[in-house]
Amino acid sequence: MRFLSRRLIHAALVLFGVSILTFLFTSLAPGDYFDEMRLNPQIAPETVAALRAQYQLDRPLPVRYARWLNSVVHGDLGYSFSYNSPVGPLLWVRARNTLLLTVTATLLSWGLALPLGVWSAEHLGGFRDSLISWMMAGLMAVPDLALALGLLLFAARSGWFPTGGLASLGFESLSPMNELRDLTLHMVLPVVVLVLTALPLLVRHVRAAMAGVLDAPFLRAAQGHGIPRRRLLYRYALPAAANPLISLFGFSIGALLSGSLLVEVVMSWPGIGPLLVEAILSRDLYVVVGGVLLSTLFLVVGNFVADLFLYWADPRIRVGPVAK
Amino acid sequence: MIERRKLAKWLVVLVALHGLIACAGFFAPYDPVEQDRELPYARPMKLHLIDTQGRVHMRPFFYPLRIREGSFDQYDEDIARAMSLKFFGEGPRYRLLGLVPCRLHLFGAAGARICLLGTDGYGRDQLSRILYGGQVSLLAGLLGAGITLSLGLGIGAAAGYFGGWRDEVLMRLTEPFLALPWLYMLLGLRAFLPLAVSPLEAFLLIVIVIGAVGWARPARLVRGVVLSAKERDFVRAARGFGAPNRYLLWRHVLPETSSVLLTQAAILIPQYVLAEMTLSFLGLGVPEPLASWGNLLANLQQYSVLTSYWWMYLPALAIVPFFLGYLGLASALQEWADPFKVEGGRERSMG
Repeated sequence: MRFLSRRLIHAALVLFGVSILTFLFTSLAPGDYFDEMRLNPQIAPETVAALRAQYQLDRPLPVRYARWLNSVVHGDLGYSFSYNSPVGPLLWVRARNTLLLTVTATLLSWGLALPLGVWSAEHLGGFRDSLISWMMAGLMAVPDLALALGLLLFAARSGWFPTGGLASLGFESLSPMNELRDLTLHMVLPVVVLVLTALPLLVRHVRAAMAGVLDAPFLRAAQGHGIPRRRLLYRYALPAAANPLISLFGFSIGALLSGSLLVEVVMSWPGIGPLLVEAILSRDLYVVVGGVLLSTLFLVVGNFVADLFLYWADPRIRVGPVAK
Repeated sequence: MIERRKLAKWLVVLVALHGLIACAGFFAPYDPVEQDRELPYARPMKLHLIDTQGRVHMRPFFYPLRIREGSFDQYDEDIARAMSLKFFGEGPRYRLLGLVPCRLHLFGAAGARICLLGTDGYGRDQLSRILYGGQVSLLAGLLGAGITLSLGLGIGAAAGYFGGWRDEVLMRLTEPFLALPWLYMLLGLRAFLPLAVSPLEAFLLIVIVIGAVGWARPARLVRGVVLSAKERDFVRAARGFGAPNRYLLWRHVLPETSSVLLTQAAILIPQYVLAEMTLSFLGLGVPEPLASWGNLLANLQQYSVLTSYWWMYLPALAIVPFFLGYLGLASALQEWADPFKVEGGRERSMG
């Protein structure tokens, strides 16, 4: 339990640090949302000053941070200037869509990477191994931006997939079955991009971890006992190789969040990504801070889940002193 | 030996690719900002060797495009006029490598524009824009990686060499940088820097932003190497002889980090090129009329461009050979530095 509580405190510290960092950048920012208003001759300078006072942009930075932190603790993420609504609900809707994308992509990419990596390690150095290695190297050379745009181009020209968005027009009037079908169709392209960009790294690591374990004496012994091959690989070898892979799981969530931001913008998926980019372009302060913080939260939660897995999978952590 | 040869092979490939971009002025037939309002969104022109009468020409030639009556982006080939390609002819002025004034071009044509990769909405030659855009994107990647590596080297060496509370503070500082998804980080940092600035300022700004985000991982790696290097016998002996810290660091400790730094550079540069592309694609990077691979792709955000003008996608493919080259270089460097390691343990450094 000490291990887990340590990780929890660590996660909280990271969140705290990130919130300070993002807030600090705001103090370096030249100008704010109301700058454009100030240029407008029809709006009196007093009005702008009053608005800034209302949103407390005229206070010194530590005061603003303390007040913001206080309101975040009470569940209020601040107010969006350009949407003219609280940031919390705004982010929540978007966050749900982003999660839908990233969770699906995470599950799919790991579901593909594990068998591919194990298969590759099983035939280490052989034809099948090098075939996979080459395919993965090829995938790695295509950056996510190029892949996403390429698939979008393909969708636009072939007409097989919708070219962006989350739902078709008239989504509400569809039956639940058709709604699901429509959503899936819209999800195919972004998820494919995310999975394909995440895959090479995961497969390489699974392969390397498995290759290290497959030589171990205990596996030869198990083989000698006549345990079937599949059971040997997945029941005996994989758990032994799991430790670095579980750490990679936490790490892969971060990569997927980054990737999904870009993919969302390219495929106009209404997630956090487009909201964040818009907010940056219009200097919508609390939306930016909230968006960055929320994605950090996803990441921290993902890492914590990885730690839970680790705790469950690796007996050394449960009994011995904290490994790292 | 095999490692050496592999390394040399990839280096040659990369030098050739960078040379192509560095001498963009020579390989590009036109100036990247030269517009031709008669030729908006012209599709890539075809080169021919055999004309309509079946005669074989010695030089490749092309038919200039003529806009179709009553349309604004449909073209017909003007078969009456076969324009032959002119190699090593004079063309628009440019500065070779940014220094030498020059007018020599690999190819060009007199009397009509030859746009092998088509044109954009202002009739600017796409091939020229891709070549010149590469200069901006690659330079951003190289400079950004330089900043990251110097930051990482300085911070990592300070943490590892001096140890104690400095080490503790610096390493705690790396944690949020390692934890955050890099694109969010990049955007968060970019969010609070001025938006409306001149192209040159914007370029420098994003180079600094890109360079400042990724320092944590190189710093950790350098720290690890420095920690082990400073306890080596020859370093201790030198210290015993009374060598000052500065000498020890410069002469004995830092050279040990070179292979880590080289490998990191090979990993970081393509990622930073991509970072520039991403920022510019989102409209947060290098602005028009300056071309960069990212802002060339930004055209595709308009749906009509996406559906009708596929050649606007070509800049995205330009980065692929560079990615391939740097990936090869990184793995060759790793094998060279550590020939006995099982390959596969490489992590993406920007997470």
